[in-house]
Amino acid sequence: MRICVVGCGAVGALFAANLALLDDVDVWAYDVWREHVDAINDDGLTLTGAGEIVGRMRATADPAELPPCDFGIVATKSMQTGAAVAEVAHAFREGSVCSVQNGVGNEEAIAEQVERVMRGTTFPAGKVVAPGRVQWDVKGDTTIGPFEPRPAPMAEIERLADACTRAGMPTKAVTDARGPQWRKLIFNAATNPIGALTGLTHGRVCEDPSLRALVTALVDEGKAVASAQAISLDEDPEGLIDYAARPDVAYDHKASMLQDVEARRQTEIDFLNGGVARFGRDHGIPTPLNDAVTALIKAMERSWA
Amino acid sequence: MAEVSILCRREEHASALRALGLRVSGRHDFTATVRAATALSELPEAELAIVATKTTELDAAASHLAGHWPRTTVMTVQNGLGTEDVVRCHGDWKLVSAVTFMSGTRHADTHVEYILDAETWLGPYAGSPYALVEEIAALLVESGLEARAFEDLRPAQWSKLIFNSTVNSVAALTGLPHDPHFAEEDRIEHLGHLVRDLVEEGKRVAEAAGIGLHEDPWEMNVLATKRGSRHYPSMLEDVQARRPTEVDQITGALVREAERVGVEVPLQTAMYRLVKAREASWAETRDERGP
Repeated sequence: MRICVVGCGAVGALFAANLALLDDVDVWAYDVWREHVDAINDDGLTLTGAGEIVGRMRATADPAELPPCDFGIVATKSMQTGAAVAEVAHAFREGSVCSVQNGVGNEEAIAEQVERVMRGTTFPAGKVVAPGRVQWDVKGDTTIGPFEPRPAPMAEIERLADACTRAGMPTKAVTDARGPQWRKLIFNAATNPIGALTGLTHGRVCEDPSLRALVTALVDEGKAVASAQAISLDEDPEGLIDYAARPDVAYDHKASMLQDVEARRQTEIDFLNGGVARFGRDHGIPTPLNDAVTALIKAMERSWA
Repeated sequence: MAEVSILCRREEHASALRALGLRVSGRHDFTATVRAATALSELPEAELAIVATKTTELDAAASHLAGHWPRTTVMTVQNGLGTEDVVRCHGDWKLVSAVTFMSGTRHADTHVEYILDAETWLGPYAGSPYALVEEIAALLVESGLEARAFEDLRPAQWSKLIFNSTVNSVAALTGLPHDPHFAEEDRIEHLGHLVRDLVEEGKRVAEAAGIGLHEDPWEMNVLATKRGSRHYPSMLEDVQARRPTEVDQITGALVREAERVGVEVPLQTAMYRLVKAREASWAETRDERGP
């Protein structure tokens, strides 16, 4: 089978390099960063840290080079999904495309361009340290399932999950993938903007009782919106938040949105708190605190202009 | 004609003022001759003492007055609520409450740029006579400043409290100066919606506390953003300089009043906690730089 990873940042690279180890999978990497593409073509895609791997694959910044693919794995930043998928959609006329991105709204953007779509949620993480080189910080599970309005066939979802699992990226195929997605969404929406607005690491946010109460208030709004859509969370996000705050887990971790803010990069707020608020409006659930932090982060982005 | 003395914290500041006077540029342009000292005993007893420190330094400043100048009227001009009571703890002077919308930028120990030539509002406090307030307001107007006397300052003070609690905390957290973004409501994620919701919470607190507002804080916000100049609220300047902010006396005061009168203010509470947490993040940085 042929798999194209669309967006070869840290998460995309973890999928691409691991999948490239399988004999029965032909991996293509699509990315707009030309030095990265050249390095991958010359020397392979190198992972270090949680796993030491060099994945050999074809990389390109030119969508016209892409052959027809069985699967796409979209791993761009959420605000780039629509534009990136529009460039490469021709490669998936017969194939299925899976989002492994943060937040909600990515599958909707993918479904505007391709017929068969999968909803995915992934927990492995890392960072790009140089062209062609990615540090693998955390291993973790992935869950994929059909995107209900334009679903990929279940057999295809299972085929992709099997390939990822055999490649060392444990992936579960499920008929309703909304639970894991909303658990991660609620976790991120409750913690990322608080880190970004205060400058505090995850552990510092959680050990201040009044700030931890604000996190819970954001979680509760997210749970109400999930519940209105009949989504049952696979686990309570509160447990994940407290677990991550442990000194041996992610006490010192700066949320990705805090890293974005410190680098003055556009954040994924529209797909996190903005997404919770948008789905809340669609289902008649008020989300005043998610609205507030969305407005604050978007105003912060505008202050850099 | 008023004779003005300045009580400074730093001797270098006082001696510079004595030598060079105090230069005002911007809206006005002049240099004033002043007395200046770091010890109250070196200054003549004043009829009026204007305490203009930041709220975070008010208690320390008022303690310097303790036991001195029994016939003086003390006027507070800080943001927030409760500043008069901080002064009261140090002596039984006649008190006048004031809030000011003037702003400026301090360029040097002896040079301030007068940027916003807006009003100062004054009122009696704890039984001080209104005639005294009128006299001080008239003096300020005569000197070229804008001032208004109120028989009851609380409606004006609360209008400004709600305005500052909202605008200053939003500016501090977002890095945006008070500009037209604060009144923009065309799209769902525009900042004006949050500003309006914060103001509405404040108005509910005022109502429950039995205060009829002098001006609608939302209208104050809209008007201020139409002036054309981007104003940097002090809380934003403090955050940028990593100094302690006045959030406890402003947003914190509103949240405490809300609790006292039993009104829920989840958004103002969130803003208060976020600004406090931002302050705490600098302490962390200092620790990391420590030995």
